[in-house]
Amino acid sequence: MTNPTNKSKQVETTGHVWDGDLREYNNPLPNWWLWAFYATIVFSIIYWVIYPAWPVGKSFTRGIATVTVEENGQTKEMPWNSRSQLIAEMQSSPAAVKQREYIEKVAAASYEEIFANPDMMAFARSMAKGYFGDYCAACHGQGGQGNLPFFPNLADDDWLWGGQVEQIQVSLQAGRKGNMPAFPNIQGQALDDLASYVLSLSGEAVDAAAAERGKQGYAMCMGCHGAEGKGNPMLGAANLTDKAWSVINIPAAGSIEEKKKLVAGVINKGIAREMPAFGNRLKPEEIKMLTVYVHELGGGK
Amino acid sequence: MKHESIEINAGLLIILTLVVISIGGLVEIVPLFHIKNTVEEVKGVRPYTPLELRGRDLYIREGCYACHSQMVRPFRDEMLRYGHYSLAAESKYDHPFQWGSKRTGPDIARLGGKYSDEWHTQHLIRPQNVVPESIMPAYPWLAQNELKYDDIEKRMKALKMTGVPYSLTEEEYQANVAEYGKEMADKLHIPNAKATLEAEATSRNWDGDKSRITEMDAMVAYLQMLGTLVDFKQYEQGYFASFR
Ligand code: HEC
Ligand code: HEC
Ligand code: HEC
Repeated sequence: MTNPTNKSKQVETTGHVWDGDLREYNNPLPNWWLWAFYATIVFSIIYWVIYPAWPVGKSFTRGIATVTVEENGQTKEMPWNSRSQLIAEMQSSPAAVKQREYIEKVAAASYEEIFANPDMMAFARSMAKGYFGDYCAACHGQGGQGNLPFFPNLADDDWLWGGQVEQIQVSLQAGRKGNMPAFPNIQGQALDDLASYVLSLSGEAVDAAAAERGKQGYAMCMGCHGAEGKGNPMLGAANLTDKAWSVINIPAAGSIEEKKKLVAGVINKGIAREMPAFGNRLKPEEIKMLTVYVHELGGGK
Repeated sequence: MKHESIEINAGLLIILTLVVISIGGLVEIVPLFHIKNTVEEVKGVRPYTPLELRGRDLYIREGCYACHSQMVRPFRDEMLRYGHYSLAAESKYDHPFQWGSKRTGPDIARLGGKYSDEWHTQHLIRPQNVVPESIMPAYPWLAQNELKYDDIEKRMKALKMTGVPYSLTEEEYQANVAEYGKEMADKLHIPNAKATLEAEATSRNWDGDKSRITEMDAMVAYLQMLGTLVDFKQYEQGYFASFR
């Protein structure tokens, strides 16, 4: 462009001259570019007519596009927007329709019917697996294996609040508060003896004489854990006679001294744990499918 | 005016550029201040209580928004995973709002009540304590640091200037009583703020230690109220679509 005498293209210059001899060609825009530009203008005008676009006073133009939705059993036309579009999609997208067919079946069926029907079971299992990942896994772990001392294992057949479907459903619906009061006054020998007794209930190799002495102190615990230590699902009191622990991690403790320390800690400090209620967050049929899933995880009673 | 005279005069070029851009901006933005009917009329949205407000400040301080959005978009998959999509009205007292745009972690617009206080405390101290595969960083200092709240009144006053209805005068307080009920209005009353915050922090066992008011107390209080203000069961879906 430094050569103003280049006539081969016959293009005018803009007439600006810099530095004495620098000029600028006044090339027209390429046609493809111009037409693309005009096309965007046409596109936007069509868009304004069809979709919500221009502010007018205190409102805005809503466009002529509509969405057909169902409300209270009646079909109804609504102006298009992302929200009405969503309503329609939740109601009538192919995926939603297909899913609803099964969901309605599951919602209407009793637990026995679901367990007896492999088709419904397969559906409930696959749906619930997703819900479990979204809502439960953060506490109970991806596979329901729990995370002691905070969150109990759901994948064993040991339950605090009962493993029947009705009981599991209540656990999910209303949540659970696991509360054991602290007994800070039990100390020293008495504490050691009581811990030995508690461990002896599940067959841990403790000093028999100590366990025998500790039996007396256990009187304070019977109201909740039962005379034989079998627990009480009404109170969420743990069964102390089986090898499955839901609060303290006895199997992971190495020596019997460490095990006693864990039990003593629970006796002195008490327990306060909370399982959140999901009745508000999840729909009844979602809770139902999760109940089936959790029941199966635990090998269900 | 000749093209050339604009092009060779930098000052004029800047001024005219600004004029043209402002026209574009004004046309786009100003009408939005007048369109009132895009902010949904819903019951329940209220300003943050003093403890929640401090929690929100910490959320911003720690940069949680860099990984978490608080905006459930109106798509089927998001509704199924997170719950009801976010409404404009739900962040009307948020200055600045925390919608975010990046989801390294999940959206937390509907987090309140999903987990227990204890879970949040453990998770923030060290996320891998509860979610072994988590890549979220740990924030252990939240549980150690005493919460600083001697300036809580100033923070509320600043928000009041932006239109958040915290009350200073008896008249404003009475308006809040009418709108939110006495219990909540007391919490939104600026002269009470310090006492309110202390009462909130000790009324519940947020971080498991009632003897101290820590930053964790405030953070958990904030997280536990997210997305819980509007009771969506009261409304037909079509109602919200009418605001768009
Ligand atoms: C914030 C953590 C948390 C979340 C999230 C959570 N749980 Fe729990 N869950 C607990 C705790 C803690 C307990 C023990 C309560 C107690 O101590 O009695 C529990 C107990 C249970 C029980 C009773 C166990 C028994 O032995 O009786 C079931 C069933 C259960 N959860 C299922 C679920 C399902 C399904 C979900 C997802 C919808 C879920 N939980 C989400 C913390 C959680
Ligand atoms: C008021 C009822 C109550 C009393 C009294 C009580 N407990 Fe408990 N205990 C519970 C509950 C409920 C749990 C389960 C807590 C949870 O799941 O969060 C529990 C759990 C335990 C555990 C943990 C079990 C496990 O599986 O990890 C031990 C050990 C225990 N109690 C021992 C005792 C001893 C010893 C006493 C007597 C000094 C006692 N408890 C008194 C209600 C009680
Ligand atoms: C580097 C990115 C990153 C940052 C920064 C971050 N998070 Fe996370 N967050 C994650 C990831 C990834 C997960 C999912 C895994 C998990 O639950 O830990 C998550 C999960 C969560 C969850 C659980 C959400 C749910 O519904 O399961 C909460 C609550 C949370 N984060 C709060 C916070 C808070 C509060 C902060 C700021 C103090 C923060 N996060 C900062 C990445 C991040």
